[in-house]
Amino acid sequence: MQCDQVADRLPQIVDGGERAAPAVLAHVDSCLRCQAELVQYRKLLKALRTLRTDILEPAPGTLTAILASLEAVGERGAMRSLLAGRRAAYVGGIAAATAAAGAAGAIVLANRGRRKMRLAG
Amino acid sequence: MALDLTDLVTAAKAGDKAAFTKLVEATTAEMYTLAYRLTGNAEDAQDVVQEAYVRAYKGLKKFRGDAEFTSWMYRITANCANTHLVRSSRHRHDAMDETEELADDRPGPEARLTSADERSQLNLALQSLSPEMRAVVVLRDVYDLPHEAIAAELGISEGAAKVRLHRARRKLRERLFPLRGEESTHEDARAV
Repeated sequence: MQCDQVADRLPQIVDGGERAAPAVLAHVDSCLRCQAELVQYRKLLKALRTLRTDILEPAPGTLTAILASLEAVGERGAMRSLLAGRRAAYVGGIAAATAAAGAAGAIVLANRGRRKMRLAG
Repeated sequence: MALDLTDLVTAAKAGDKAAFTKLVEATTAEMYTLAYRLTGNAEDAQDVVQEAYVRAYKGLKKFRGDAEFTSWMYRITANCANTHLVRSSRHRHDAMDETEELADDRPGPEARLTSADERSQLNLALQSLSPEMRAVVVLRDVYDLPHEAIAAELGISEGAAKVRLHRARRKLRERLFPLRGEESTHEDARAV
């Protein structure tokens, strides 16, 4: 195996994420240049990991802006549930009114029927 | 000092808005840092982090708690940053090619990494990558997110995420930890 072929594999195997082929390992074992390159990749990974604890100070106003957005979302949510509640009340009212009208109609029809029967009798 | 957010998450899931506010306060700086690393500027980072918390608030009930709240937020922030970058690149019509070469501002041998300026060099090198490569290497090598999660949040296949990661590592290594010969090749190319 040539150094160029091995060099392509080094970024894949440096963190142990992918298993290196035996031919790659054998080459690295016997090649000082590839060993040096692997060491440099390890240094890079170590350096990158240190950034995790390097916390930046948010731009001024970031927290306020986030909380304002959340407030707006919360208000929209409350408004939606209020409207949903009202909608339910409207639907319920309409249903009750329809039922009442139906019942009244049925009573009127029943009375008419009784009157007709009395006249016929 | 690591703050245990479990109780706050439980309370927030039960509808306690004050608990969610405390979660935001406890994690804003971390999420802002990630957003800044992914977008490369403060203004975009602020937009991204704002959007991320709104999404988290709306989706909190879906958070099963099998991961840490911060890891869950990392994923949401990464997703928001990706959406933001795609949207802005569409607007600007200047999306960077994934294979784009690093800017020609690589430090010379005199600016080799030292413990004093290592972090700033590292940050500069990260910013010189294309946003696509930067996202993958930051999420994997800085924040330790699994390949699968990175691929899911960036909307790419796991294979594509790995390819980007390996290219990014190679570019960073060549820039920050060059081998003997790589420096002179670069210097020669600049001299031509």
